[in-house]
Amino acid sequence: MKHTLSVLVENKPGVLTRVASLFARRGFNIDSLAVGVTEDPTLSRMTIVVNAAETPIEQVAKQLHKLINVIKIQDLHPGDMIDRELVLFKVNAAPERRHEVIEIANVFRAKVVDVGKNSLTIEATGSGDKLAAMEDLLRAYGIKELARTGKIALARGSKES
Amino acid sequence: MRMTGARALVRSLEAEGVDVVFGYPGGVALPIFDELYDAESIRKILVRHEQGATHAADGYARATGKPGVVLVTSGPGATNTVTGIANAYMDSIPMVVITAQVATHVLGTDAFQETDITGITIPVTKHNYLVKDASELPAAIHEAFHIATTGRPGPVLIDVPVDVSKAELEYTKPPQVSLPGYKPTYKGHAKQIKQAAMLVSKARKPLLYAGGGVLASGAWAELKELAELMQLPVTTTMMGKGAFPEDHHLWIGMPGMHGAKYTNYSITETDLLIAVGVRFDDRVTGKLATFASKAKIIHVDIDPAEIGKNRVADVPIVGDAKHVLASVTAELRKMGAEPRTDAWMRVIDDWRGRFPLHYHGDDPEVLMPQFVVERVDAMSREFNDVIVATEVGQNQMWACQFHHVRKPRSWVSSGGLGTMGFGLPSAIGAQAGRPDALVIDIAGDGSLQMVSQELATARIHDLPVKVVILNNGFLGMVRQWQELFYERRYSESVLGQDVPDFVKLAEAYDCLGIRVTRPAELDDALKRAFEHDGPAVVDCRVHPEENVFPMVAPGGSIDEMLGGIPGGPVSEMLDDDLLEEVWE
Ligand SMILES: Cc1ncc(C[n+]2csc(CCOP(=O)(O)OP(=O)(O)O)c2C)c(N)n1
Repeated sequence: MKHTLSVLVENKPGVLTRVASLFARRGFNIDSLAVGVTEDPTLSRMTIVVNAAETPIEQVAKQLHKLINVIKIQDLHPGDMIDRELVLFKVNAAPERRHEVIEIANVFRAKVVDVGKNSLTIEATGSGDKLAAMEDLLRAYGIKELARTGKIALARGSKES
Repeated sequence: MRMTGARALVRSLEAEGVDVVFGYPGGVALPIFDELYDAESIRKILVRHEQGATHAADGYARATGKPGVVLVTSGPGATNTVTGIANAYMDSIPMVVITAQVATHVLGTDAFQETDITGITIPVTKHNYLVKDASELPAAIHEAFHIATTGRPGPVLIDVPVDVSKAELEYTKPPQVSLPGYKPTYKGHAKQIKQAAMLVSKARKPLLYAGGGVLASGAWAELKELAELMQLPVTTTMMGKGAFPEDHHLWIGMPGMHGAKYTNYSITETDLLIAVGVRFDDRVTGKLATFASKAKIIHVDIDPAEIGKNRVADVPIVGDAKHVLASVTAELRKMGAEPRTDAWMRVIDDWRGRFPLHYHGDDPEVLMPQFVVERVDAMSREFNDVIVATEVGQNQMWACQFHHVRKPRSWVSSGGLGTMGFGLPSAIGAQAGRPDALVIDIAGDGSLQMVSQELATARIHDLPVKVVILNNGFLGMVRQWQELFYERRYSESVLGQDVPDFVKLAEAYDCLGIRVTRPAELDDALKRAFEHDGPAVVDCRVHPEENVFPMVAPGGSIDEMLGGIPGGPVSEMLDDDLLEEVWE
């Protein structure tokens, strides 16, 4: 079972190392981790997707809380959050097959952001499911390179306390 | 006021009330050591190895309740502290370690004696700092002391580059600490406390299981009050020794791998385990599934991550032991609860009578290690302030079994990390913190050789610790496991009793050295050592192949123990008539 933890931390050097090292030494597996500064420049938000099949998520959260630089942790439930990930696909596309690839991009409301002699680069955002479906389709053409940001997420406005 | 970083650092230590610093100098630390030279209110203790400095600071903290302070240089000086820091971290001991560092403009270039000590110590510190801007130094030090000593205590490291020590800054009294991510919970939840009191008032076979958290919180009086009010039997872990007087009728021994059978039987049979400041460590629980499996669990700890980590609690209470125990007692008084453990105590006493700790010691030519500890225990009783430190291995377990700690902060032993070489330097630190106490290190010959150079520290700084070596010529605990589980193949565990000659070694350091080979010589030797006005080493040539029993086999249930007086598991040890009384 996957959990999405939204972790508010102090924006200080070394905080990412502390968090990453905690996960490694306690044997918790990170699926993805995205971090960036928030509306308050002294704070950063980490969105961490954890595969908590073996370790109870409660223990992960409690250990994280013990880090002095960690301020707040939310375990976001699928229905209660807005989550997004951005993916860049560089796909094989000879001139005669370009339109097919562009069509797929359109269906997924993705954007073509670069065109090479034999390739197209597509920028797509969305939930994990959507991006996985798109990746499946593009695989048929040959994905030369792929980069993803990892998931970022916020609690839905209606769930705010 | 304008001053250098080094002076501000020393000022900050003075402001925190630091009276002893354990240290070892080197290149980039010199600006700080130079400032320390003039700090009259701070006693400087020059150890002989930086590991000794951290262990000494640790012993100081255990003996006084105040944070231990260490000051060392960069690179090898800093890395030498790591074992001592890890030891303090595992046992939740407050400590502030200041390491000097190469200048900020060469950080990251593999400069001479540069190591990433903050990176290295992330997993073994409660928190650490690399201070790159002199103006942030006083606040960092103030925060470090705050973090080290509050909540669940632990070591904090501050890395100070040499240019930061030399730079000028404006020193003002540091502001209130503002740590938005750090707010330990002290007061237990009222509803949980009520529920705990309810369970305690109803239990027929309750048992208090108390650990190092009770000592950290200073909650021994509250523990005793609760135990006496409800007549609850108390077991204290190795870390909790001294949290409850071991000459009290309600004290029923130390649990776990080398606990007494009656203690482990009681845990297996209890219907309510009141766990306070403990972490259900594997050396205590053995096989988790059968540990106190008949009991409901109340678990009190200031660290929420400990609750439910190894054992699910029926009543979890996050809070400070002192506060929570007092509240539970108050609640019980309000309820007018009455003790109902009379029959349960008779069950335990029956076990205590049938399965005491024992050893075979009737040969007048053979010195038994347990006998040495028993005599240390008896003869030290005449001193009103006694601290016993231990090394690690059999010596430590015999000290646990046969030395009775009667007062808090009188026991200094490496728990979670099990660090050989902890005993002597920690005894030195304890003596620095409590100059008038009789401080004894019960040592193994292997462990002592990891740190024997600290005899120089003891001698030169007039810290008259007494080292009583249970010299068996083996890495005894390793040999015991090899005897029991590896067909007596003593692979790399043989030391020999004669090298080094510990009496000559003691004398080389200008300490008193005495050898004891027969039981009849022991009392006289201990008396001389205890009365000597400097450090002393008593080399006790004990039976080389004696084992620590009883023993829970690794991974086994705690009521099924090897050795000792035959008996167990507990299901076969129950007296039906007595049990019936418990439920009447
Ligand atoms: C630094 C360190 N290295 C290795 C060990 C593993 N170990 C545990 S007990 C022990 C033997 C200790 O021998 P000694 O100090 O002579 O004490 P004894 O068991 O004989 O009383 C060893 C090697 C340890 N605990 N610490």
